[in-house]
Amino acid sequence: MADHDHRFRTLSGIPVDAVHGDGPAPGEFPYTRGVHADMYRSRLWTMRMFAGFGTATDTNARFRELLAAGGTGLSTAFDMPTLMGRDSDHDWALGEVGRAGVAVDTVEDMADLFADIDLGAVSTSMTINGPAPIVLAMYVVVAEESGVDRERLAGTLQNDILKEYQAQKEYVFPPRPSVRLVTDVIAFTTAEMPRWNPVSISGYHIREAGSTAAQELAFTLANGFAYVEAAVAAGMDVDDFAPRLSFFFNSHLDFFEEVGKFRAARRIWARWMRDRYGATDERSMKLRFHTQTAGVSLTAQQPEVNIARVAIQALAGVLGGTQSLHTDSFDEALALPSEDAVRIALRTQQVIAHETGVANVVDPLGGSAYVEWMTDEMERRAEEVFAHLADLGEGSLLEGVYAGIDSGWFAGEIADSAYRYEREVNAGERIVVGVNAFTEGDDPSTRRLLRIGQDTEDLQRKRLATVKQDRDDAAVNATLARVAADAAEPTTNLMPALLDAVRARATVGEVVYTLEAEFGTYVERAVV
Amino acid sequence: MTEPAEVLENGEARPPLRVVLAKLGLDGHDRGLKVVARMLRDGGMEVVYLGLRQTTGTIIDAVEQEDADVVGISMLNAGHLTLGPRMVDALADAGLDVPVVIGGIVPDEDRLAMVAAGVAGVLGPGASSDEVVACVRAAADSRS
Repeated sequence: MADHDHRFRTLSGIPVDAVHGDGPAPGEFPYTRGVHADMYRSRLWTMRMFAGFGTATDTNARFRELLAAGGTGLSTAFDMPTLMGRDSDHDWALGEVGRAGVAVDTVEDMADLFADIDLGAVSTSMTINGPAPIVLAMYVVVAEESGVDRERLAGTLQNDILKEYQAQKEYVFPPRPSVRLVTDVIAFTTAEMPRWNPVSISGYHIREAGSTAAQELAFTLANGFAYVEAAVAAGMDVDDFAPRLSFFFNSHLDFFEEVGKFRAARRIWARWMRDRYGATDERSMKLRFHTQTAGVSLTAQQPEVNIARVAIQALAGVLGGTQSLHTDSFDEALALPSEDAVRIALRTQQVIAHETGVANVVDPLGGSAYVEWMTDEMERRAEEVFAHLADLGEGSLLEGVYAGIDSGWFAGEIADSAYRYEREVNAGERIVVGVNAFTEGDDPSTRRLLRIGQDTEDLQRKRLATVKQDRDDAAVNATLARVAADAAEPTTNLMPALLDAVRARATVGEVVYTLEAEFGTYVERAVV
Repeated sequence: MTEPAEVLENGEARPPLRVVLAKLGLDGHDRGLKVVARMLRDGGMEVVYLGLRQTTGTIIDAVEQEDADVVGISMLNAGHLTLGPRMVDALADAGLDVPVVIGGIVPDEDRLAMVAAGVAGVLGPGASSDEVVACVRAAADSRS
């Protein structure tokens, strides 16, 4: 269609082809150069900005601003109590309600969160793991109560519990029952929500916790293989569910290392899915991923410089062939992102998409000797980790990952890398602009930060009390009894019981307590 | 790597400072606290690392059992205005003269409020190991 379209000419008017160079083309196995033949020519990446703070009504307003500003998907950040499966009136929640994300206690909050947004028309990402199946159930109920069938819902549930034990530490139950919840969600969405990605297998948090690029790649794909093994063990056919598995990577500062990482991820996944797990549907072999720029690379000193860091990281994600992108706001090392900073971050993506011409060509770095070498090197290092885990698990990656979690191996590897980096910065071996070099010109007086007041917490607790007062407690208890009974039955899918419970207005905390009674609570061995 | 013990005026080695490090509340970001733990160890201090999801109660228990000199708590979830003063008050209520250092994402304008609430030191992103060690040492020296 579009070869003569002005979009596919350079700024000076030179027409350009989509693909340059030899070897397996983009869209062909092993997809090193990309999962689509013409990539961003037919469809740009989704500009998906992560947002969430205060009450559901506060975040709903931010969502609608982002959509009005040209954002093309929603992404929800929940507050710490919600992420840990505790209600806003729990002791642990004091001081944390609505501070680092939006507070969701019941399906009524979920309804407020998506008020006046057509859930049949947007795609929504929800970043939550321990209580993920409960929150998915709430989203489905909200949609159905607003007249949108679950088949029409498009989006992604993070639901990647393994990396929680390794890096992000927002777990509730122990690993094995948690993985059962993951496979329950995979089975449910595979059968009933064809447009939904049930797991976003995430390296982002592994990297933020301090890992290297190669560790991020290796641990993430190992977790992906573990979920594949778990789902197959639960009786699913690999080609039924694997096409909806999605990934989430960090884009950090070392530009070519990141591009090599993204390219290697696609190649490794394709080979393993075909050769080890017997996938025959090529969609099972195509690794699709979301990218977020590296929050940990942002500095509190001279924060405006972060705009440049984010732009470079975002470009690496695009040249690495990402399917969607979140760009961090420059003030994130100081506070939750302010509205102005979020807009600049979104505009940065729009500049890359519409002004730079990079979206006209597919994998323009492919064929560079350095990038190809880096891609190979990333793959080689990842394969070493897979071999170690397969050893630990006596051939099973799932068992190997469990063993690495139980022994603290992942957390130790990540902490070692984090400390090595800090020592290098401390010793001046690594320059961080504005922190250990070029430090003049920091002006704190110009900053306008987002503040969440204590009133949010009071408001949310009142809201929760009202829902509890208005509901039918007997119905809630009956649905929770079914959750308990189904939890005790390892081969029963928990999703139907969870849907009933949240529909009856059971809270996140009530459902989590019910499950904890059966599954137990995970406490990590603290190691430094 | 480890610094030699300080020598007191009477010629005896000064015992190393004992520091209890904990994540207070629900926030799971422990990269910074783990790095700080190693910085303090390399700086010659003894670290009692409690890890995640501690309460003021579990921290006070550890301070008493370990006879700690300083408490370090870490927060990256904007909970410091609530939890920082609560930690200071809880130690005072328990009759413990143990200073509190907070690390994490603390906006500049909150630092004065933290100090006014009795927090002995605040460490932000990018603090060097020298700054971290000096801050904890100064906090220990500030005891009445």
